[in-house]
Amino acid sequence: MNDNTRHRSRLPIRARVATTVGGAAATVSRLAGKGDGSVIGGVISLRLAPDLLSQLAAGRQVVLVTGTNGKTTTTKLITAALAPLGGEIASNIYGANMEAGLTSALTRAPGARVAVLETDEKYIPAMVRATRPKVVVLLNLSRDQMDRAAEIWLLARRWREALGNAPDCRVVANADDPLVAWAASSARQVTWVAAGQRWREDSWCCPNCGAHLQREGDDWSCRECGLRRPPVSWMLYGDEVIDPAGRATTLDLALPGRANRSNAVIALAVAEAFGVHAGQALRELRQVTSVAGRYTQVSRRGCDVRLLLAKNPAGWLEALDVIAPPPAPVLLSVNAQGPDGRDTSWLWDVDFRRLRGRNVLVGGERRLDLAVRLEADEVAFKLVDDIDEAIDAARAVAPNLEVLANYTAFQQYRVALGRVQ
Amino acid sequence: MSPTRPLRLTWVYPDLLSTYGDRGNALVLERRARLRGLPVEIVEVNSDQRVPRDGDIYLMGGGEDLPQTLATRRLLADGGLHEAAGRGAVVFAVCAGFQMLGAEFGGADDAPVQGLGLLDIRSGRGEQRAVGEVVADVDPRLNVGQLTGFENHQGVTRLGPNARPLARVSLGTGNGGGDGTEGAYQGRVLGTYLHGPALVRNPGLADLLLYWAAGPLPPLPPQAEDLASRLRAERLAAVAR
Repeated sequence: MNDNTRHRSRLPIRARVATTVGGAAATVSRLAGKGDGSVIGGVISLRLAPDLLSQLAAGRQVVLVTGTNGKTTTTKLITAALAPLGGEIASNIYGANMEAGLTSALTRAPGARVAVLETDEKYIPAMVRATRPKVVVLLNLSRDQMDRAAEIWLLARRWREALGNAPDCRVVANADDPLVAWAASSARQVTWVAAGQRWREDSWCCPNCGAHLQREGDDWSCRECGLRRPPVSWMLYGDEVIDPAGRATTLDLALPGRANRSNAVIALAVAEAFGVHAGQALRELRQVTSVAGRYTQVSRRGCDVRLLLAKNPAGWLEALDVIAPPPAPVLLSVNAQGPDGRDTSWLWDVDFRRLRGRNVLVGGERRLDLAVRLEADEVAFKLVDDIDEAIDAARAVAPNLEVLANYTAFQQYRVALGRVQ
Repeated sequence: MSPTRPLRLTWVYPDLLSTYGDRGNALVLERRARLRGLPVEIVEVNSDQRVPRDGDIYLMGGGEDLPQTLATRRLLADGGLHEAAGRGAVVFAVCAGFQMLGAEFGGADDAPVQGLGLLDIRSGRGEQRAVGEVVADVDPRLNVGQLTGFENHQGVTRLGPNARPLARVSLGTGNGGGDGTEGAYQGRVLGTYLHGPALVRNPGLADLLLYWAAGPLPPLPPQAEDLASRLRAERLAAVAR
């Protein structure tokens, strides 16, 4: 009897049938070429046994990872950091991050004792109840896809209530994000990480009482109610991580950008909660080079194309920090399909002025919205119809092209470039 | 306004009321003034600062329930917006900001919250959230053409006798009170539910506000309008299908 069978056989009979049928549906969906099958498999399983997720999670050490940006990358980094534990780790690496996606991830890895699960921000209260996690990771909270996402002050309040009712759970939270810190401070056990906060437009005011916050560097405090940035045990400092013993170590990641260094420090703090030594965990983190096609570099007709994904203003701000310096041309691309958010107003929350004087190409289904935005910031650009037209334009001036796109625009380019991983 | 002094675009409480690309409205006003050779400046006023009394156009954006209530309380205590509106300054408000201008609106638990009383409207919470593209025909006396925008709200706004509807919806929900209206205006105080942002997709509305503040405007060089006109045409065509 292998590990998988052993864990399954502990499930009640109805749950066992549900995971088998759900698994079959996922296989059919994969064979039919419809994504990775994790959502349809999970949905069918849940219809058969609504409390399936709780049963599947029972007896495992679950980590839930949430936040507006960096969920997928951090989930992958934590999974890597926990590799020294040995054994299989269940994870929803394809970003299916609601109840069905989590159910599917656990169904597929019945023998895994540890599960690292990316979780949609709205689903945190329900998923905390269902999976009784060992660790909940709160990365950041900012405006995102306003036409379908909940409002963020409301989200923070729901996180706060859920974590206050989960006494056995350890929360690993970014102390530099006031909304996150307020939400996490209801938890019994918190590991505070100074993970930085590049985007501040959603946290000028106190999440507890609404007064304008005092902010100085990374520090913040409220003069009215006394809420303040908690003392931290882990810190990101430039390219270094400072651990709870005060030791500084250079991160030296393969993944680019400040946001990923921040995600890596969070992953180290989670690894510590599992007893994995930071040095061991860091060696694993350095091996991660791309996440579901993000940061991947591909060569197309002699041009090195790098794909960056950013879905909202905070993500675009971080991504604009990451793009290669001139003369590398930059292709910006925006769609407004369901998963992107159907309103493009958020483009006006991004400051594009730093692209002035650069070679900028503009694509995507909503390229006119982006064009009007760039015009207002006095950034010169050229409209392009597709990735090949962008590559033609790029090759005239440089050997490489940096692509920054939102969700479905990114997926379209990924397909055009041959489903790059 | 004296010709030497720049046109002051006063953005009220971006720390509380700017959830949704609201900066776009300020940037479009600034650009369209500058292209006409009008000196212009954007003044951002946070909620811990006194609202300047000498602004020409006051802008208010969208916000969640709690920030909306807090911002209203502070503006009532500050009095600056009332003073400015009282001497004829232009006020342009979107979504939560629009509701705040009225006599009352629905707060966090839907209990009525006293508004600023600058516009004869009353708002409450509707049954369903209105989310999607909007097309609306503007009151012909304002002469600004069709409105295109994106709404995302659960408010229901009813107009009293002193406020006029800004527009009548041909697509979308707008004020949601069953009368087919969208937005409202009263003198030079104007509000709308439209994001997009509204003034980006409706340059005619931006020019109306500039005209109210600065008087007759010279025309823009046609190429300066090209992209905005294309965007507008694309949005109107996309929903006409």
